[in-house]
Amino acid sequence: MKINDVILRTVTKAVVFIILTLGVYLFFAGHHAPGGGFIGGLVLASGIVLLYLAYDIETVHKGMPFDFKKVAALGVLLATGTAVGSLFFDVPFLTQTHTYIDVPIFGKMGFSTVTIFEAGVALTVVGVVVTIILSISEDE
Amino acid sequence: MIENVLLLALALFSVSIALSLYRVIRGPSMPDRAIALDTIGINLLSSIAIVSIVLQTKAYLEAILILGILAFIGTIAFTKYIERGVIVERKSND
Repeated sequence: MKINDVILRTVTKAVVFIILTLGVYLFFAGHHAPGGGFIGGLVLASGIVLLYLAYDIETVHKGMPFDFKKVAALGVLLATGTAVGSLFFDVPFLTQTHTYIDVPIFGKMGFSTVTIFEAGVALTVVGVVVTIILSISEDE
Repeated sequence: MIENVLLLALALFSVSIALSLYRVIRGPSMPDRAIALDTIGINLLSSIAIVSIVLQTKAYLEAILILGILAFIGTIAFTKYIERGVIVERKSND
């Protein structure tokens, strides 16, 4: 029997962009407000899981050809990389720094190395959550 | 005045959540439970909005958005499991 799920797929096409935008917003808001790499990663992962629900593994992998175990490993490498990098500047492990740079259009903006660390955390969370959900939802 | 209205609304939302919880536990069929869980999610979201009005803070707005997203995805997963018995399909069948 052929099942018609055109409503689910049409809604998903619109809603996934809202969820991914909220995830990126939460990731960048985490410096001064509720948010951060962990929660941003969870929201991004829930957007990807919604894609898997509405379509199937084959179709989603055609568009996103990542191995999510490797994404998690890359995230851990990035996070520990910034932690180890502080040792080369003669400061304690995991020390983070920040500075203010004049950007042409936006004016004075703050940059900090915590953002790279948080990107590693977010990649790890996305990889681990998608891997767990794909392996527990597998039929046979 | 407005304070009393908000507190009354919170109490009524908690009564509504309790009634939906009864339907989750006793629900004769699985679709009843899925709908009741979705209703609990929506009522929880509304009561968080009222709490954030009472406390006069904007800190809960992200929580409202995330709860809405998770209730939506959870309802889709439940209904897909009830309808087909499999949540994530391996191959496209069309």
